[in-house]
Amino acid sequence: MALLKINKLTKEFGGLKAVSNFNMEINKGELIGLIGPNGAGKTTAFNLMTGVYEPTSGQIDFDGKSLLGLKPYQVTQQGIARTFQNIRLFSDLTVIDNVKIAYHFHVKYGIAEAVMRVGRYYPEEDVIEQKALECLKMFKLDDRRDEIARNLPYGEQRRLEIARALAAEPQLLLLDEPAAGMNPQETHELMEMIRWIRDELKLTILLIEHDMSLVMGVCERIYVLDYGSIIAAGTPLEIRSNPRVIEAYLGEEVH
Amino acid sequence: MRSKMKLDLSALATCFAIYAIIMMLMEAEVIGAFWQLNIVLICINIILAVSLNLITGFTGQFSIGHAGFMAVGAYVSAVFTVKLGMSFALAILAGAGAAAILGFAIGLPTLRLQGDYLAIATLGLGEIIRITILNIPYVGGASGLMGIPRYTNFTWAFFAMVITIFFIKNFINSSHGRACISIRENEIAAEAMGVDTTKYKVLAFTIGAAFAGVAGGLFAHYFYIAHPASFTFMKSFDILTMVVLGGLGSISGSITSAILLTFISAGLASYPEWRMVIYALLLIVLMIYRPQGLFGNKEISLKIFSRILGGGKHGTAQNK
Repeated sequence: MALLKINKLTKEFGGLKAVSNFNMEINKGELIGLIGPNGAGKTTAFNLMTGVYEPTSGQIDFDGKSLLGLKPYQVTQQGIARTFQNIRLFSDLTVIDNVKIAYHFHVKYGIAEAVMRVGRYYPEEDVIEQKALECLKMFKLDDRRDEIARNLPYGEQRRLEIARALAAEPQLLLLDEPAAGMNPQETHELMEMIRWIRDELKLTILLIEHDMSLVMGVCERIYVLDYGSIIAAGTPLEIRSNPRVIEAYLGEEVH
Repeated sequence: MRSKMKLDLSALATCFAIYAIIMMLMEAEVIGAFWQLNIVLICINIILAVSLNLITGFTGQFSIGHAGFMAVGAYVSAVFTVKLGMSFALAILAGAGAAAILGFAIGLPTLRLQGDYLAIATLGLGEIIRITILNIPYVGGASGLMGIPRYTNFTWAFFAMVITIFFIKNFINSSHGRACISIRENEIAAEAMGVDTTKYKVLAFTIGAAFAGVAGGLFAHYFYIAHPASFTFMKSFDILTMVVLGGLGSISGSITSAILLTFISAGLASYPEWRMVIYALLLIVLMIYRPQGLFGNKEISLKIFSRILGGGKHGTAQNK
């Protein structure tokens, strides 16, 4: 059964159809790419999936349950975590605190226990600390744990954002342009990392990307979005030779 | 983690030591009546500043209606002791409870607003509370509620202050507190990380209001009177000044600036015509040279003292 199933999703902003008749099916363990020219509606689609926007019509089912009407934090609690196109870290906090916050909704101790530091407070805080450290280690950020997030170099901030999303222990990870602003070397490393995360953590990943080499190299299936609608879907090889995709990216041939 | 517990205990021991020293000085009459009054005032101001810091400094919700919650605490607790003849402890709790309920009721609709809009809304709400009290004859209206027994003494004020500081410090250093801080840092990201932002904003607002209520109860039972004029928006600004001066998001900053500002205004009491001028100048100078407040968002803690004294023995636990 599909982990994420999107059926005829449409979002209108006034007269503008940002996303129309969007269909998508993602199976467990897949690594899917969503590409398209600027303004095609990729981020809008992400925002619809994560509850930031309410769709005008259509269905989103995750793990057999509808996500419609859920707030972003509830969507995350269902098991979907995301990163942002423009990095949104908790920039004045330390690296480890950034990651710790993502564990928040798994925490069971109450406010009274926290304030009096009794009961489940110490054991759970120990677990959070340990898990956060493991997560940082995975992204080679453990030696930066006490650094303030805004002081990290750009590439590490991107990595921290992915680490933080994984700390929420999702089933589905949505990456919005993870390689934006990275140099080819960093992009290559990121590509390796994304594949490794998927295999290691048995995750399902959907990523939006502009960098063709990254998408073609890492994704098993690709959806192409143009003017809010899916114009093609298939393996990287099929997409590469699809005339409609080439047209969307490079423009029509002159006859 | 266990080092956190050790730090807590040593911080608590320090508090008792400070209490004992001040108490001894008061008994020996080294500290006169005027400074005794100011020390109690300092304790009350610390409660106010630290509780507002939870709302404004840690959760990032700009509120300038704190005096309103203080007024509710003052009046409700006074009604409990004067009109209903209840015990002081119960009255304080009732004041805190009433302020918390009001904080919750006000927070739920207003915390949808952001930044300046929220500030204006809380400013208005603080005034609404005051004007409402002004028009209730049962609590004395414009002439205030008089004849309140003086139950507050240094011991009450000091330990209420210690409880407030520990409560808010421990709250902030828990997952719930981190959720509040994440809202200040980036609300969209906090929401995306599974934090129910509305819940935690309202929670911080409610806790902050409850402690303002405690401060109000202590205040009314020290000065024999609860008067609407004590809780104008100028009082809210006073509290906000302490928080901003000490550093948004620093509990030790709030404590330091509450002590500093209370002493300065007490020290200048004999030059009433110059008091506000010097007070204002001081603030301007500090804001030019330390716009992030005295402490920024850092904390001073026993750890630092032990590092200075003991030569670089530092653990990983935070805060005092």
